Amino acid sequence: MNTNVVEKAATPKLSIAMEERKALRANPAKAVAEKLDFWYGTNQALKNINLVIPENQVTALIGPSGCGKSTFLRCFNRMHDLQADTRYSGSIMLHPESVNLVGKDVDPIEVRMRIGMVFQKPNPFPKTVFENVAYGLRLRGFSNRTDLAERVEKALRGAAIWDEVKDRLTDSALALSGGQMQRLCIARALATEPEILLFDEPTSALDPIATAKIEELITELRQRVTILIVTHNMQQAARVSDFTAFMYLGELVEVDATSKIFTNPSKKATEDYITGRYG
Amino acid sequence: MSAVMTIEELRRGLSWRKNLDKVFVVVGLLILMSCLGLLALLFLDLVRDGASRFGWDFLTQFPSRKAERAGILSAWVGTSMIMLVTAIVALPVGVAAAIYLEEYAPKNWFTGVIEINVTNLAGVPSIVYGLLALGLFVYKFGFGQSVLAAGLTLALLILPIIIVGTREALRAVPKAIREAAYGLGATRWEVTKDHVLPYSTGGILTGLILGLSRAIGETAPIITIGALSFIAFLPDSPISGEFPFVNFAWLRSEFTAMPIQIFNWVSRPDQAFQQNAAAAAAILLGMTLAMNAVAIWIRYRFRKKINW
Repeated sequence: MNTNVVEKAATPKLSIAMEERKALRANPAKAVAEKLDFWYGTNQALKNINLVIPENQVTALIGPSGCGKSTFLRCFNRMHDLQADTRYSGSIMLHPESVNLVGKDVDPIEVRMRIGMVFQKPNPFPKTVFENVAYGLRLRGFSNRTDLAERVEKALRGAAIWDEVKDRLTDSALALSGGQMQRLCIARALATEPEILLFDEPTSALDPIATAKIEELITELRQRVTILIVTHNMQQAARVSDFTAFMYLGELVEVDATSKIFTNPSKKATEDYITGRYG
Repeated sequence: MSAVMTIEELRRGLSWRKNLDKVFVVVGLLILMSCLGLLALLFLDLVRDGASRFGWDFLTQFPSRKAERAGILSAWVGTSMIMLVTAIVALPVGVAAAIYLEEYAPKNWFTGVIEINVTNLAGVPSIVYGLLALGLFVYKFGFGQSVLAAGLTLALLILPIIIVGTREALRAVPKAIREAAYGLGATRWEVTKDHVLPYSTGGILTGLILGLSRAIGETAPIITIGALSFIAFLPDSPISGEFPFVNFAWLRSEFTAMPIQIFNWVSRPDQAFQQNAAAAAAILLGMTLAMNAVAIWIRYRFRKKINW
């Protein structure tokens, strides 16, 4: 099965990999992690991560369970700050302003207002569909009814769920199907027009059809927003991402254009992982 | 065929294990039924003893030296007013304490000590609260032997119940929901007020009502602070016809309460008063059961609306 992945990913051929390399050069860096370390208490979960996240591209983080990919993702919106006894060092610079997202003097709430996140399990609020999407806007002080309605519609359209919920805006979000809930969560994150959208294994709780819709959506969204996605599913990484970073034991082993990683990885560990020899 | 045993052995072993299962069901049911049966028996006994006294008059008449003319008007009105004060005081204080402990307090030895003591407070004998209230509310603060003092005393008594109940309700809100709100840039207070509190309202109200149904039957602390057992007048109404439509004189009023009235009647030698006591006790028990029923209903309503 895993050899299939390699074959499928191989079809784009090297010339496309070249294009992606060009894309990396053409797209300015949206965020740059430099010498990033992270600790839970005394346990160092991330070691010296250096990674460039290109603007308006999809970057996938892959690696076996416990390799630190979710931990790394959660550094971008300072989710770890909700837990006691966690510590960052190094930097994740958000451009063009060059704000260090993990800097001690940077307010984690400000960071979360700029970086959106979609979680592993769909987690809509037990409120109406409309209020779910409007919540981020309300936090930012939007209260004008028509303005809110317009922005909510735009976000729902952006998440490809408008047609399914336009007549159910006042229904509870918990009445939606799992796939719809996840797209609603994407709409909720999109409503405030984040600069980077983080996806933490967004389809691991969904069936294949719902998964396909989300993947299609991610491919469309990259036009508008920089995307960082953690996935356990290597076919998914191959399908949706422009760049893939392979992590192992808290370290970044290799990062390259996705087609390159899946056809011709330069590190042995990466090759072993994507061909299913471990993980 | 399984390698470790023959099919006969397997079946024999399985039927033995399934019989054990049945034994547990029978034992469990027996114990449950005897508990419920005892309560039902008690209730029926009270109803039978007090049967002759039930009626509108019993509810609308003041106590009297003549058993057949005595009613529980001042007692149930007093109890209701005390419960009102208790609820109004205990709910915000208890919920605020629970929110602090659950959402804000850092996990260190100090909050650990506080948590253990909150749980311990639930086990403090109620007479101790009565003594505290007598010294503090009645004398020091000068509230006197009033509805206010009684309500505050019972509020103290049920605070631990409300705090523990509220914390459980808050804890039941999934971490994923909090993360969703934080992820959008909410502050801790926004997460609490927009999400955690609304989603745990059912559990909080359940805790409140369970606390109140404990308080409604408390006798010792109320006697300690000096409830009267014979009151032939009602406190002023909390609602008045003129602006500002509320009135606080009732808070300073002297009072009696259901358990006091029952205690008073039951300690009289006259058989007729025993009937009054039984009837009042049945009504008090009915009030408690009704409150518990409301708690169950609220929990059911909120569970139906929010299922994670």
